[in-house]
Amino acid sequence: MKLLEFLKRERRKSASVAKERLQIIVAHQRSQRGQPDYMPMLERELLEVIRRYVHVDDDAIQISLDSEDNCSVLELNVTLPRS
Amino acid sequence: MAKIIVVTSGKGGVGKTTSAAAISTGLALRGKKTVVIDFDVGLRNLDLIMGCERRVVYDLVNVIQGEAVLNQALIRDKRVENLFILPASQTRDKDALTQEGVAKILEKLREDFDYILCDSPAGIERGAQLAMYFADEAIVVTNPEVSSVRDSDRILGLLASKTRRAEQGEDPIKEHLLVTRYNPERVTSGDMLTLDDIREILAINLLGLIPESDAVLRASNQGVPVTHDISSDAGQAYSDTVSRLLGEDMPLRFHELQRKGLLSRMFGGGRR
Repeated sequence: MKLLEFLKRERRKSASVAKERLQIIVAHQRSQRGQPDYMPMLERELLEVIRRYVHVDDDAIQISLDSEDNCSVLELNVTLPRS
Repeated sequence: MAKIIVVTSGKGGVGKTTSAAAISTGLALRGKKTVVIDFDVGLRNLDLIMGCERRVVYDLVNVIQGEAVLNQALIRDKRVENLFILPASQTRDKDALTQEGVAKILEKLREDFDYILCDSPAGIERGAQLAMYFADEAIVVTNPEVSSVRDSDRILGLLASKTRRAEQGEDPIKEHLLVTRYNPERVTSGDMLTLDDIREILAINLLGLIPESDAVLRASNQGVPVTHDISSDAGQAYSDTVSRLLGEDMPLRFHELQRKGLLSRMFGGGRR
């Protein structure tokens, strides 16, 4: 069984791995496109503030800015560890 | 009024200068009065690829700083009529390039040229942003390789936000994809991204596909843009690319594996 999996993995072409990885990273890049330059900094600082109170991981914070008709909404999602 | 086209990529070494030289040569060969500008201040190379490195007297920065007039800095191509090269400075620091200075030069060139090609430096710093800032169209040069495709996507983001057209809310820059160093053999064996993969990810209009070719190195060795090598695959592919840029409908070539004939198999006729 293990051998079969090994052979299967061997047969997977590197180009399809490349494509898959690119699709993910490009989608991520695009989600950040057009957002203000201060966003990465804001994200870091918010994380610092939260960390003064609870310990959270780097990827426990998700921040996004959505534009609606005449206002923008800053959405902040923080996953807190179970205490 | 000239059309301003930036040749850009983000990543270095993908063929920007080769492409800028080949496409500007192709445009001039079709009778379009063309100037190609090297924006890579500090690391100029377009002059070498165009074969005019020993005729450089004044450069872009000299003109911006008023040490020479534009006509003194423009180098007339030896081979094609209607083709001019504006070299980058080799020694100055990058801050010598200013947006106002570049604007003034382009404004002047616009009056007597049909096409202005801006050969961008690699990266997304000042030089690259200035090369794209005033563009009407952009040729994004991409290799079938992950880092190149990713960087091209970054460049598309900048084209859509950090350019004059974007800032002034005009029609967006027309973006073209130019895939270079494509190797159908490796694509067939599954170890190179296919043209369709790249098109799907970047989702912009395909302008051309240049196969990986010995002719490109041969051309740069000699300082003769590869468009002049009309018997070579790369030369023909660039010529097709120029036709498409001029609005002609050209079928795509060199993207599929060519079956070797008996003769070439016997005599080992390599890629020309």
